[in-house]
Amino acid sequence: MADAVIRTEALTKMFGEFTAVDRVSFEVHTGEVVGYLGPNGSGKTTTIRMLLGLLRPSSGTARVLGRDVAVETEAIRAQVGYMSQKFALYDDLSVWENIEFYATVYGEHDKQHLAQTLERLGLSGLRSERAGALPVGWRQRLALAIAIVHRPRLLILDEPTSGVDPIARRTFWDLIYELADEGMTAFVTTHYMDEAEYCQRVGIMREGKLLAMDSPTRLKQTALKGKAWDVAAKDVLGALAALETMAGVSRAGLAGDHLRVIAETSVDGPALVARLDGAGVVGGRAEAVEPGLEDVFLALVG
Amino acid sequence: MAELNLLDARGLSKSFGAVKAVDGLDLLVAPGEIVGLVGPDGAGKTTALRLVCGALRLDAGEVSIVGIDLRREADRAREHIGYLSQRFSMYEDLSVLENIRFFAEVRGLKQDEWEPRAREILDFVGLGPFADRRAGQLSGGMKQKLGLAGALVHHPKLLLLDEPTGGVDPVTRQDFWQLLIRRVATEGVGVLVSTPYMDEAARCSRVILMQKGKQVAAGTPASLRERLAGRILEVRGTPLAELRHRSAKLPGVEDVQTFGDRLHLRLAAATGEGAQQAQSGLAAGGGVNIELVRLIPPQLEDVFIAFAAGEGKDG
Repeated sequence: MADAVIRTEALTKMFGEFTAVDRVSFEVHTGEVVGYLGPNGSGKTTTIRMLLGLLRPSSGTARVLGRDVAVETEAIRAQVGYMSQKFALYDDLSVWENIEFYATVYGEHDKQHLAQTLERLGLSGLRSERAGALPVGWRQRLALAIAIVHRPRLLILDEPTSGVDPIARRTFWDLIYELADEGMTAFVTTHYMDEAEYCQRVGIMREGKLLAMDSPTRLKQTALKGKAWDVAAKDVLGALAALETMAGVSRAGLAGDHLRVIAETSVDGPALVARLDGAGVVGGRAEAVEPGLEDVFLALVG
Repeated sequence: MAELNLLDARGLSKSFGAVKAVDGLDLLVAPGEIVGLVGPDGAGKTTALRLVCGALRLDAGEVSIVGIDLRREADRAREHIGYLSQRFSMYEDLSVLENIRFFAEVRGLKQDEWEPRAREILDFVGLGPFADRRAGQLSGGMKQKLGLAGALVHHPKLLLLDEPTGGVDPVTRQDFWQLLIRRVATEGVGVLVSTPYMDEAARCSRVILMQKGKQVAAGTPASLRERLAGRILEVRGTPLAELRHRSAKLPGVEDVQTFGDRLHLRLAAATGEGAQQAQSGLAAGGGVNIELVRLIPPQLEDVFIAFAAGEGKDG
């Protein structure tokens, strides 16, 4: 079995009476790309801060690369790269000056390696550009370059592609997978479903608790009690009222000009339409659809 | 006769220096419609919204709001617009109700009008119980609802929302959209909303994909997905990296995208045998375990990526 790059056991953090992280146990293995999904305030960032040795656990343990985060903080940090959602770049410095600065902090003095890192992220042509003048997608790449310049074995990403479009996001994730193929492990917190879909396994957090951790495909199979349907009707609010009270329907929500409905397998399309007819909502149509991680998330968290 | 469009904008163009930020764009929004402007950073989404609300001057084109020419009668046209920008401002040291009062008075609501409206709209967004709380003490999600309430307080017919859910969590986003859709369904409001998120685009009645200031495709989410019908394969198996490598070399495969535990392959054409061909192609040479190769319904993200790569554009 692969080595655990991260292993937490009943990891807990209290702030006074408030339990920010509540007995969280999980493992992340070498070369894995694992997501950590949850609403604001669910304990994602507190978990990361403990993994980085910035906060001491109240109880339980966390080991990163085999070392106890509460004891060997320095040794861990030398081997971990961290990229936060607010890319900490010096806007007044050039791309090269930014990476040089961070490399020096980490004791990485091999200029050729710096140049290669920029090259790999497609930033070579922008060496002398001011970081503050770069579009978001490029700033994001520079932030990644900085996070990996000291050749870390574990990369922790905090909402790395928040606010970027699908093309930039995709390019970014292609890079993450390239790095993972070379044996780097990635741990990614996010509250975007689009982003979580890119992870091999996804943990779902709520109020400090880890509710589930599995591959997106298995989460869709196990966490969702039933099947997903898109139900269209001219009177969407009438349809919503009829279906949210229907036996066997676990969730009905407005999704634009249609509803997203999660229903037990005993409820099929004709049954949904019959319910609408019975409630006087005419012209209803139901189509079985592939559930998304958002459906899983709302089933577990909502 | 067709219903009057709440927004009827034709040939919108705006350049900043040599850059054509918006280039000959048409935008129509009918009552009860949510139209999504979807595109990468720099596609011109924000500029388009600012042109439509009159915050930026047009180089060319015409904008009519509820039949009123924005250039000739800007003030009267703007009465019908509610605008929520990416970074909307609020007075952090004023209470929620005082903030709404400010928005209402800016919009010309009179003394006896603003308070009932403000209470109604705060109840609608769920901030009724927090009317006296200082805005600076609201959570991120509540601030965003206050922004929406401010944009709605004068009962505009057309709502312009610029990436309204940037940086908020999924539960809050879900709440926000439920509110928006309710408003549209009950009041017949029309919405033009920009977003980089495909799951939000999927909630729109119509979507306009933008690139470099131009529309590259438009239609209902279903009709856009239909364009790639029969062309998206899902592949699951191990090792995924090797499967990816092989997929990229398969004849007829235009594009390979790695998701966490699976690949999406885009075929150049829907042939009907795509899944079997890919399956045997990937298995050739052995050394891989293929769990599944199947045709799946295209997602909007697939469509977006295909169009960005130069898929046949609208004529």
